[in-house]
Amino acid sequence: MLAFELGWAEWLVRTVAVLGVVLLPAGATVYLYLFKMVSFMQSRLGPMEAGPYGSMQLLAEVGKNLQKEDILPAKADRTIFNLAPYVVLSSTFLLALVVPFGPEAGFASLDTGSFSDRNFDGVGAFYAMAVSSISVIGILMAGWASASKYSLMGGVRAAGQLIAYELPLILAIVGVVIQAGSLSLQGIVYAQYEGEIFGFGAIGNPFIITQFVGFIIFMIAVQAELTQVPFDMPIAESELVSGYMTEYSGFRFLMFFIGEFATANIFAFLASVFFLGGWTVPPFIVDLLGITIDSNWFNLIGPAVMLTKMLLLTFIIYWVRFTYPRFREDQLQKFAWKVLIPISLVNIAITGFLKVAF
Amino acid sequence: MTAVSDRRQLAYVASQAAEARVNLELETEGMTLNIGPQHPATHGTLRIVARLDGEQVIEAEPIMGYMHRGYEKLTEVRTYPQVTTLVNRIDWLGSFANEVPFILACEQLMGIEAPPRAQYIRTILFEMARMAHVTLFLGDLGVQLGAVTPVFYAFRDREHVLNQIESATGGRFHPNFDRIGGVKDDLPAGWISETKLTVKKIRQFCDTVEDLLFGNEIFETRTRGIGVIPADVGLSYGLSGANIRGSGVDWDLRRDAPNGLVYDQADWKVWTHPDGDSFARSWVRLQEVRESCNIVEQLLDNIPKGPIMAKVPRIIKVPEGEAYVATENPLGEMGYYVVSQGELTPFRVKIRSASFSNMSISPWLLKGAYVPDVITILASLYFILGDIDR
Repeated sequence: MLAFELGWAEWLVRTVAVLGVVLLPAGATVYLYLFKMVSFMQSRLGPMEAGPYGSMQLLAEVGKNLQKEDILPAKADRTIFNLAPYVVLSSTFLLALVVPFGPEAGFASLDTGSFSDRNFDGVGAFYAMAVSSISVIGILMAGWASASKYSLMGGVRAAGQLIAYELPLILAIVGVVIQAGSLSLQGIVYAQYEGEIFGFGAIGNPFIITQFVGFIIFMIAVQAELTQVPFDMPIAESELVSGYMTEYSGFRFLMFFIGEFATANIFAFLASVFFLGGWTVPPFIVDLLGITIDSNWFNLIGPAVMLTKMLLLTFIIYWVRFTYPRFREDQLQKFAWKVLIPISLVNIAITGFLKVAF
Repeated sequence: MTAVSDRRQLAYVASQAAEARVNLELETEGMTLNIGPQHPATHGTLRIVARLDGEQVIEAEPIMGYMHRGYEKLTEVRTYPQVTTLVNRIDWLGSFANEVPFILACEQLMGIEAPPRAQYIRTILFEMARMAHVTLFLGDLGVQLGAVTPVFYAFRDREHVLNQIESATGGRFHPNFDRIGGVKDDLPAGWISETKLTVKKIRQFCDTVEDLLFGNEIFETRTRGIGVIPADVGLSYGLSGANIRGSGVDWDLRRDAPNGLVYDQADWKVWTHPDGDSFARSWVRLQEVRESCNIVEQLLDNIPKGPIMAKVPRIIKVPEGEAYVATENPLGEMGYYVVSQGELTPFRVKIRSASFSNMSISPWLLKGAYVPDVITILASLYFILGDIDR
């Protein structure tokens, strides 16, 4: 179903829904993990004053940032400086468009067929990988236009890093695409639901089992794409003050902030589509419930399942973030080009070979 | 008819010329980066003017003095007992350790020796100051490398030590507890058993940090082989403390010149590391906290009973003369050169603070380092701005 055939009311609903899908889980993970889990890891309580157990803290932070003065450095390139946060954030929203949340629940699946026909001609995976790299441009713009040495170094570091880690990210997906035999995200979800491991199909074939190497590489690359520790050199608060975000304040800083954490969620959504079976639950549970996988119920259950899987994966992301020290820039590049890319190439070769063999 | 060697020579010349052309084309203008005086990594107001080629430092010059408070001059208008209040604030993390060498120098000039119990209390508090100080270093090292969690553990466990220092002296940060001829008060009731519990907690913290940081591959790749100080270079720059012991020089004033502190009453070990890199310096500090725990535990077991104050005149006038006494402070050798003309106030006090000498190696050490390594090298050299600028 293509989005172009929609009436204005549905356009509006979908726009609001995309905002909700990006912002609400971002708020949830920021509160759950960035505020609370990390505080417990670090033997402190975290925010406790705003609302019960500090649950309104995020609103307070947003309110604070909205009130702040939007400072523009004197020598900054005004237009580009102002534009950069929007470019970064746009990549997040464009990514959220293609994530499937149920047999019919999605915003623009880029599929020409529909789930009930089992017709999965589409390029969702290709599109997702393509738009995920738009944020690099925004970060480079921010780094260059700030007219600050720290920002420039952060921006250049970010560009080098994000380009280096695009490759393992895409190569990890290639294994999944080969195994599923489809570029459509719905097709990948369905392949995992229908698949079986050596004739045992009760849990389907979530690719985290058969593509375990790909999953690990994907998660490492996601960590680097999100510039989270141990790959946070572009921000590196002890070296570069705050990297490309140094000169931003107020609302524009908030947009970078939202971009950072919302993108983490969207990548976790994508990882659960690629590796954890997406919005489906294992076939034996579907049989127990006595419904079919393309029934309308899954448009309700699907989003909840996706949210659960996303929370699991973002937990790992933040856990790693607050445990490890960071690499140096050259060590990071070495790690990408000498370790991750060769391993993912071997993974693709083996996957292709086994796909033909079985 | 050209000989083979000639042809090789020609080829060599041609390649050199080509390379020179390429270098000329690719030559980029260096960037001068001001790290500081306000920068998250300098924990204070240190400024480093670094000339960069890309991310590599060509030249680095530390600019000190933003926090100069003139303590050497101020001592000249303070009576001897008042000076401890000032010197407390030189190295503000290990305050008690700053008082001891000054008091020892005065005692040496006056020919007084503190009673044994006072000497024990001094040594115990001195080592507890080191525990609090280096605990924070171990946490801060993680922050400089991007691991934010250890520092919270460091602050948590340092608080136990500070509580004990506070219950004995009345001051968390600035005890002002050491007196010429002894210490101000005796230990409060129950202090010894509580301190033993604190020592246990610090030991646990050391194990945690060893697990979290020193056993981490990323930490090792970031610190091993980075900022190597050979022993002879370190000695020529006047490095002291864990920085020089990290280069394999077995030199510790606590063992070599105890100067009226009772380190010889405990069984402990001076740790050295042969590598001289950032990892070695940090590792030596980690082991030193453990040794401090050993020393404190043993001294608490054997602390003698008796007076805590020797007989000193009510109005302290230090007889004419000069003395230099140095102790092994948490940051390294800290010494006071006290010149007295027999008056109520010192005639001149020269403070030899460890961080100033430790920092002076930084232009040599930072040359050729990458910007991220500048931060780890500075973190592992471990300086306190108050200790540099006095």
